[in-house]
Amino acid sequence: MSANQAHAHAADSIAEHDHHGPPPGLLRWVFTTNHKDIGTLYLWFALIMFFVGGALALGIRAELFKPGLQLLDPHLFNQFTTMHALIMIFGAVMPAFVGFANWLVPMMIGAPDMALPRMNNWSFWILPFAFTLLLATFFMPGGAPAGGWTMYPPLVLQGGSNVAFLIFAVHMMGISSIMGAINVIVTILNMRAPGMTLLRMPLFVWSWLITAFLLIAAMPVLAGAVTMLLTDKFFGTSFFNAAGGGDPVMFQHIFWFFGHPEVYIMILPAFGIISQIIPTFSRKPLFGYESMVYATASIAFISFIVWAHHMFTVGMPLTGELFFMYTTMLIAVPTGVKVFNWMATMWRGSMTFETPMLWAIAFVVLFTIGGFSGLMLAITPVDFQYHDTYFVVAHFHYVLVTGAVFAIIAGAYYWLPKWTGHNYDETLGKWHFWLSTISVNVLFFPQHFLGLAGMPRRIPDYALQFADWNMVSSVGAFVFGFSQLLFVYIVVQTIRGGKKATDQVWEGAEGLEWTLASPAPYHTFEQPPSIKEDSAHPGTPLPAH
Amino acid sequence: MSATHPGYYIPHDTRWPIMGSIGLFALLGGFAMLLNGSSSAPVVMIIGTLILVVMIIGWFGTVIKESESGFYNDQVDISFRHGMIWFIFSEVLFFAAFFGALFYARIYSVPWLGGEGSVGATTGPLLWPGFEGIWPTNGPAEIGGAFGTIPAVGIPLLNTIILITSGATVTLAHWALKKNQRKPLCWWLLATVLLGLVFLYFQGVEFAHAYNDLNLTLESGIYGSTFFMLTGFHGLHVTIGAIMLLVMLLRAMRGHFTPERHFAFEAAAWYWHFVDVVWIGLFIFVYWF
Amino acid sequence: MMKGIVSSAFAGRSAGAIGAAFALLSCRDAFAAWSDLNLPVGVTPLSRIVYDLHMLILWICVVIGIVVFGIMFISILRHRKSLGAKAAQFHHSTFAEIAWTAIPVVILVAMAIPSTQTLIEMEDTSRADMTVKVTGYQWKWKYEFIEDDLTIHSSLAPSSREAIYEDPSRVENYLLEVDNPIVFPTGKKVRLLLTADDVIHAWWVPAFGQKKDAIPGYINEIWVQVDEPGVYRGQCAELCGRDHGFMPIVVEAMPPEEYEAWVADRKAAQAEQKALAEREWEKPELMALGKDIHLTSCAACHQADGTGIEGAFPSIRASEIATGELRAHIDVVMQGRVGTAMRSFASQLDDVELAAVLTYQRNALGNATGDIVQPAMVSAVRDQMRRIEEGG
Ligand code: HEA
Ligand code: HEA
Ligand code: HEC
Ligand code: CUA
Ligand SMILES: [Cu+2]
Repeated sequence: MSANQAHAHAADSIAEHDHHGPPPGLLRWVFTTNHKDIGTLYLWFALIMFFVGGALALGIRAELFKPGLQLLDPHLFNQFTTMHALIMIFGAVMPAFVGFANWLVPMMIGAPDMALPRMNNWSFWILPFAFTLLLATFFMPGGAPAGGWTMYPPLVLQGGSNVAFLIFAVHMMGISSIMGAINVIVTILNMRAPGMTLLRMPLFVWSWLITAFLLIAAMPVLAGAVTMLLTDKFFGTSFFNAAGGGDPVMFQHIFWFFGHPEVYIMILPAFGIISQIIPTFSRKPLFGYESMVYATASIAFISFIVWAHHMFTVGMPLTGELFFMYTTMLIAVPTGVKVFNWMATMWRGSMTFETPMLWAIAFVVLFTIGGFSGLMLAITPVDFQYHDTYFVVAHFHYVLVTGAVFAIIAGAYYWLPKWTGHNYDETLGKWHFWLSTISVNVLFFPQHFLGLAGMPRRIPDYALQFADWNMVSSVGAFVFGFSQLLFVYIVVQTIRGGKKATDQVWEGAEGLEWTLASPAPYHTFEQPPSIKEDSAHPGTPLPAH
Repeated sequence: MSATHPGYYIPHDTRWPIMGSIGLFALLGGFAMLLNGSSSAPVVMIIGTLILVVMIIGWFGTVIKESESGFYNDQVDISFRHGMIWFIFSEVLFFAAFFGALFYARIYSVPWLGGEGSVGATTGPLLWPGFEGIWPTNGPAEIGGAFGTIPAVGIPLLNTIILITSGATVTLAHWALKKNQRKPLCWWLLATVLLGLVFLYFQGVEFAHAYNDLNLTLESGIYGSTFFMLTGFHGLHVTIGAIMLLVMLLRAMRGHFTPERHFAFEAAAWYWHFVDVVWIGLFIFVYWF
Repeated sequence: MMKGIVSSAFAGRSAGAIGAAFALLSCRDAFAAWSDLNLPVGVTPLSRIVYDLHMLILWICVVIGIVVFGIMFISILRHRKSLGAKAAQFHHSTFAEIAWTAIPVVILVAMAIPSTQTLIEMEDTSRADMTVKVTGYQWKWKYEFIEDDLTIHSSLAPSSREAIYEDPSRVENYLLEVDNPIVFPTGKKVRLLLTADDVIHAWWVPAFGQKKDAIPGYINEIWVQVDEPGVYRGQCAELCGRDHGFMPIVVEAMPPEEYEAWVADRKAAQAEQKALAEREWEKPELMALGKDIHLTSCAACHQADGTGIEGAFPSIRASEIATGELRAHIDVVMQGRVGTAMRSFASQLDDVELAAVLTYQRNALGNATGDIVQPAMVSAVRDQMRRIEEGG
């Protein structure tokens, strides 16, 4: 490949730099503007946060292992639940996807880097500071936030010192996300190589384009909502106080106007990753490329008008309940289109089952199960029963863990050879897959039963009839949690050595990133390639020369 | 002047972002400490602010230098444009949250507390007997005590005229720039900045009047909350916009910008128009109706 | 149904601690009855409709799942490279794509129709036979039977609370028992008006098929008509702070005559209580009652030994308030502190209870002021508070 050749104009730039590789030293990571470096930073940060959030989850599951209180005071339990969710969502899943975007979007569309490289660095480097603010609350008098990740007033305002820190941490995460999203949108809209028309972009790029739009529209609303919390607590406003003419439920409306798009922010990039993997290992073009694009856009659009399905029990007027029930149900249609397209892509393919494909298949099945329970939750009169029970917990862990997290892991295995230049250990990868997939179902499937039988969520202790399934679930949690250590081992092993990966890595892999060397050179596509599309393979653009 | 620099300019190594993060961390962390009553908080906040100011000046300084040295080709210019547009879009959504709160309170919560609708039918009479639920209100508990409101005709109308005029003057400045007429450019820009300052001055007068004479404060129930949050955040944005325009004025005086390439100027102007449009929303929904 | 399984599920459990396999085995009685894994059918007309709706959607999802996963697994089994499968190269089919957009729409409409009907019925609280106002507090429920002019406070039973850190397995209805259960007459349409005093709570009894948030400053309505006599248990279903998990609901359904008798009985007891407030109380009596009240009403925050939780809930032990001037102590407890979790207990506890808990806090938990607070003193403060309220 010649794309990484040095160019004659190096002398023009102000900063002294080397076109061949990264500058040495640790400060490289602090000052870098390289999309691959920043992608790597995001991915490591996400992995660390996944373990921090996971450790809290294991704390929760340990306390719930049997009835009675053994390990955590109820107040501390609530802190664990709240922080577990905040860390997993804002610290693990979202940054992981931004890491993928950083690594892959420029390589997939033939761009030399992200459009705004300095801002790209800033988006990342805000995060460690935001999470320092957030995690510091654990060591403050009164402890960490304990009002749930949804931060409903008036309860959240009862928190002591943590309230202000929580709010400012959320502000910082918001700033980071918005800048990251602006970068992705601008890169995709402005940095495509000649010939890379919108409808030739790989689906991963499409899903991130739409996700970035969701982020820019949703995060500022969250910022507004928490700002109102701040002023209600410290500056005497009455937004969420009935005595002053406000309404606690108003917070919920504003929060979920952000919150529902947020859950699609966490799943659309996952859809993108899966849509890259399945065709590769089926050795067959993605089925229904265009309908995939339209389905993703429809999901994004509808996601802004369904928010109150999280609040069916707050006592909305009947018309409101009906409206939100219908719109929520509607989301099943475009999501179904995606599932059916994956199914059709596999149909009459020539499949092999390397580790990324195993995770992708598990994703399709388990995410769909989570989608089904979502659809059940959408039915308002029945949601009155499900709401705030472990049935909901089961639902969102199916879509988040076996959805978002599985897709992240699938993607990591898929692109790891491209990133590191080495093939990972396939046997260990399969062990990781089977251990995780079995244990995650032991962990979360019984929670459906618990919820239906009447176990509320966010409780540190429960009535005796829930004991059996909680024990099963906790056992699953520990097996699942510790299986992830295997993942870390595999990743580190792959970085440090292993069989040299070919450029294409996978027999069926198509698209620009696979035309680059493995590992991908520090700078790629400094001369934009010109793109043509193989009409038999929609969404898999290739260089024209 | 098209690209003198072939290819898309990618800066290498930058120290501004990490400074920005540390500054933000100190500023917001310090603010949180302040709210928790820590005595060292102001120092932390000041340090954070200083770092941020240095960062902003340094970062923009670098970009201006690069721009003036012709490093940015048309594609870079487009990136900046898109970036600014999406940033403004995010700001619109930030205001939407507060407008949403205003509409929600006026359409739902206040009438409900006053006994209207299916939710209000029992809420009103049982919990808040005697409360009428008519806007403007500081709620059934009359938080903050009786207060007066500011009529739309008066300072708000005047300020509307001022801001709309400033929108026109900034456009005139832009036309002048496109015709490469330096003098009018600077004068119109100066006029815009001054109009912005006059707006802020009147806003200050209005706030003082509200606090001193009308007993209308941030603590006047939901009315005071929505009123001051919306107008206050808007005022903050006017301030930011005015600073941006001021910088453009200084740059224009130094001979920066060409009729073809003056993205920074346009970005400031867009921002100014956005602030303008938000104000019109405020004028209609906060003051008028 | 939930209540029946408690004892039987429990008998079969003890072995379950050892691991997944054992845990699964020990669940055999859970496997025995499908209904234990599923939504309860419930005992109200609404809960039954809701159950049917739930089953309908569940089965639709199961069938769709079988079709989708079935097709996928067929390709996984048959269209694999190792079996020599050659990849086809088709990549769209307008017919299929229209079909799998249209068919789900039809299915969804079919689900939406009964759901809409049910919802409309659930929201119709008109023509109720009686009304109960329910107020959620951190962490207890107050029930006001409007027509019968009866007020009941209901919080976690001491039997459960004492077992939390010990051995819950010996306690009957662990965490699902209250000190004062309430009673609904069977066959009557009971309208519930839900609200809260501090933070949001939610009132939920699974067997009734209804759940609704109790929101401070607002009232939500639901209705319940219990057809079968029995004891029905539920819990608060909205995170409401530290003791959210310890805020159960117990409703006994009885034929209307028995309900009437219960009302009369409770009112007599309350009148007696009132008379008690007028007499002079001895210190040991106050201390004994005060200890109970402290445990049920205050210990969640200030802890049973009164030491509180640093940074969140102040210590009562050696607290300036609880060892200083009596009136300040009375005021904190009766009026609460605005903007903190400490709220007014004036409406939750009666004069005797307040006097008792105040006496207890001043003479136990490491404090020894020697003060005795008489119900009459509390009552005087109460009158004063009322006058201020009316005057202001
Ligand atoms: C990645 C995250 C993610 C995703 C993708 C989803 C997807 C969906 N969610 Fe979920 N949800 C969450 C994350 C997510 N959710 C979280 C975190 C919460 C809890 C928040 C909290 O309270 O803390 C939550 C809670 C939640 C609730 C509130 C429950 C309650 O609190 O009472 C509801 C209610 O409607 C709901 C519905 C849905 C629906 C209808 C979908 C749909 O998008 C699913 C669509 C998919 C399918 C239906 C499957 C595939 C389709 C087919 C095979 C086609 C044919 C199918 C049919 C016609 C049935 N979700
Ligand atoms: C992307 C989001 C995400 C992810 C990945 C997860 C992952 C997990 N979650 Fe989480 N969860 C949420 C989002 C997520 N969750 C949300 C939004 C809530 C709602 C919160 C609220 O109510 O406000 C929630 C709530 C929630 C609850 C309910 C708590 C309650 O209601 O009180 C439970 C209980 O079982 C739970 C469990 C788990 C488990 C076991 C995992 C596992 O997948 C975790 C896997 C474990 C690991 C990866 C750990 C690895 C660590 C080690 C192996 C060693 C540890 C090392 C040291 C100690 C040094 N979660
Ligand atoms: C929901 C939690 C909660 C419950 C339940 C609760 N309190 Fe408190 N209490 C608090 C908090 C928080 C404060 C501190 C308020 C402040 O910051 O001014 C407090 C303060 C006090 C104080 C003043 C202590 C001091 O030194 O300032 C007393 C006395 C007190 N409570 C008594 C009681 C009694 C008696 C009960 C039960 C009848 C009770 N509390 C129940 C949360 C609670
Ligand atoms: Cu009350 Cu939870
Ligand atoms: Cu949602």
